[in-house]
Amino acid sequence: MHIVVCVKQVPDWDIPPSSFKVDEAAKKVVPPQGVAPVVSQFDAIAVEAAMRVKDVKPDTKVTILSLGPASARDAIKHGLAMGGDEGVLIDDASTLDGDSLATAKTLAAAINKIGGVDMVLCGRQAVDWDMGVTGTMIAGILGWPVVTIAKSVTVNGSVTVERVLSDGYETVEASLPAVVTVSNELGEPRYPKLQQIMMAARKQVQVWTAADLSLDGAQVGQAGSQLTLDRLYQPVSETQVELMEGDTPEEQAQNLARKLREAKLI
Amino acid sequence: MAEGILVVGEVAEGKLSPTTSELLGAARKLGAGAVSCALFGPDAAGLAQSAAAAGADKVYVVDDTALADYTTDGYAQALAKVIEQASPAAVLLGQTDVGRDLAPAIGARLGVGVAMDAIELSWQNGGLQITRPAYGGNARAVNGFKSTPAVATVRPKSQEALEPDASRQAEVISVAGAIDAAQIRTKVVNKTKAAAEGIRLEDAEVVIAGGRGLGGPENFAGVEELAKLLGGAVGVTRAVADMGWRPVSEQVGLTGKVVSPTLYIAIAVSGASQHMAGCSGSKNIIAINKDPDANIFKSARFGIVGDFKQVLPPLIEAVKKIKAEG
Ligand SMILES: Cc1cc2nc3c(=O)[nH]c(=O)nc-3n(C[C@H](O)[C@H](O)[C@H](O)COP(=O)(O)OP(=O)(O)OC[C@H]3O[C@@H](n4cnc5c(N)ncnc54)[C@H](O)[C@@H]3O)c2cc1C
Ligand SMILES: Nc1ncnc2c1ncn2[C@@H]1O[C@H](COP(=O)(O)O)[C@@H](O)[C@H]1O
Repeated sequence: MHIVVCVKQVPDWDIPPSSFKVDEAAKKVVPPQGVAPVVSQFDAIAVEAAMRVKDVKPDTKVTILSLGPASARDAIKHGLAMGGDEGVLIDDASTLDGDSLATAKTLAAAINKIGGVDMVLCGRQAVDWDMGVTGTMIAGILGWPVVTIAKSVTVNGSVTVERVLSDGYETVEASLPAVVTVSNELGEPRYPKLQQIMMAARKQVQVWTAADLSLDGAQVGQAGSQLTLDRLYQPVSETQVELMEGDTPEEQAQNLARKLREAKLI
Repeated sequence: MAEGILVVGEVAEGKLSPTTSELLGAARKLGAGAVSCALFGPDAAGLAQSAAAAGADKVYVVDDTALADYTTDGYAQALAKVIEQASPAAVLLGQTDVGRDLAPAIGARLGVGVAMDAIELSWQNGGLQITRPAYGGNARAVNGFKSTPAVATVRPKSQEALEPDASRQAEVISVAGAIDAAQIRTKVVNKTKAAAEGIRLEDAEVVIAGGRGLGGPENFAGVEELAKLLGGAVGVTRAVADMGWRPVSEQVGLTGKVVSPTLYIAIAVSGASQHMAGCSGSKNIIAINKDPDANIFKSARFGIVGDFKQVLPPLIEAVKKIKAEG
């Protein structure tokens, strides 16, 4: 069994809303000062899903794949520290800032080059653009089935996935090879121990360019994108809260009830 | 020439889903030519008239037993057939279980760009342009499309449905060619519906939301009592669902449900942007939080800075009293 987990490195999302900044002219988010980028939340959970398969079937090989700037090596290292075996980094400026389709094409080409892959795991959505399409597009490009928003992934000849639906769950079986996208309902990702982090430093990370994947510049990154980013901005909220007065919580509560009544809300 | 808008319709409890009506309303408002609606599965044909009443000029029906359960492969095949026949300039889906799954599948199949979770739509220079939240709701991105058809999902409740007009007629087109079941590589083996009691969260006019600050599942008793008293539903944050205090089906937010009640009372909820993504359309947000700097107060009309343990019981009493007075 060979599993590839696609992990994206993103700006840390766990920052106070006031430190979130956009450069409107560049149409880019300004990464918060002094806060290191991290593995996208659902991607660490996708690594966890792969490790749970490996826990049961120890001969499973797990490859951590990322497309990003040189710093994305840290995201791969995190996956390796969680127990991944090998890493592949697509580090090529021409592949950056593409839309999901261009990114999926590049990742799919890398998965083909890795070869012999039985399952690809992705996050349900990346925590930067919140798009949630790359995994399904990789499946479409590879011609594989896909199951999205998994809360559990079990492999036994085929793959059985419990999917999270808005009003419950469904269990779906897919033939392998397949792509599965993973959601937080799967559970917390394991936390690497110091020794595992040290071991990960010695694990191999291959670095590929678009040319290594036989892709030319017109197929990848912005040039290969079908979506245009016409504007990026921060929404402004203009609500002014009216805080309830009162010497005691009871008084505050009574004042709130009265306000709600006056506004015909109750 | 690709022209007009195709809306991918969904069926909910045997009826055209409210989100479908919203999409049809939005498609008409775009003024980009004819509006078509695709309907799949055994209930489809019977709903063509509802789609017409909601704004469709044409209804494409794909009725095939292979479409009884939603599968990515089956629905992508069906939608590709409709797109081929209708040749629309843009395809709109809901940001729903189906739309989330189907939009990227059709995008990959046709090799076209896809944008998810649009909250605003416009027609610019003969093409679709959408605005969507990104970075957990902290940013807004405006996207255009180089490829045709443009494919976008639209956030439920972000658009307005038209007043249904029963006299409207649509041309109903039954799409020929069966679905190739051999190409459906996934199989739904089991479905579990979350036990739903009382009013549906998405439809509720009043939502009482509880967050991690409640400290444990036992403290939802007050939240439930207030919800019952006001004829509302209980909503929760992801933190609460992740800890298993409440079912995931009650989660409100970016990766949960979108609600837009008249009254949204958030108790011990910090108001993270990803949570607000699911409730910022509420007409009146009320916040009870012990932290005066909590983000939730930035979106609230009324607020109480205080401990829910001390505020909630007298609030329930005061509401009861008002209710009793009539
Ligand atoms: C990609 C992504 C998607 C996400 N999707 C969602 C989503 O769909 N929905 C969602 O909700 N979250 C989502 N989140 C998580 C979100 O970022 C927050 O972590 C979450 O909403 C926090 O939940 P909370 O407000 O209950 O908890 P906390 O942030 O821990 O806040 C608890 C609040 O309770 C207050 N409090 C504590 N004790 C008391 C007391 N005694 N009385 C009164 N107040 C008290 C505190 O002051 C605090 O403000 C997502 C995150 C990511 C990264
Ligand atoms: N640059 C990337 N490198 C590796 N994986 C990625 C990249 N972009 C997206 N993915 C994968 O695709 C998932 C969905 O991303 P998105 O469609 O951008 O929301 C992510 O959770 C990752 O698993």
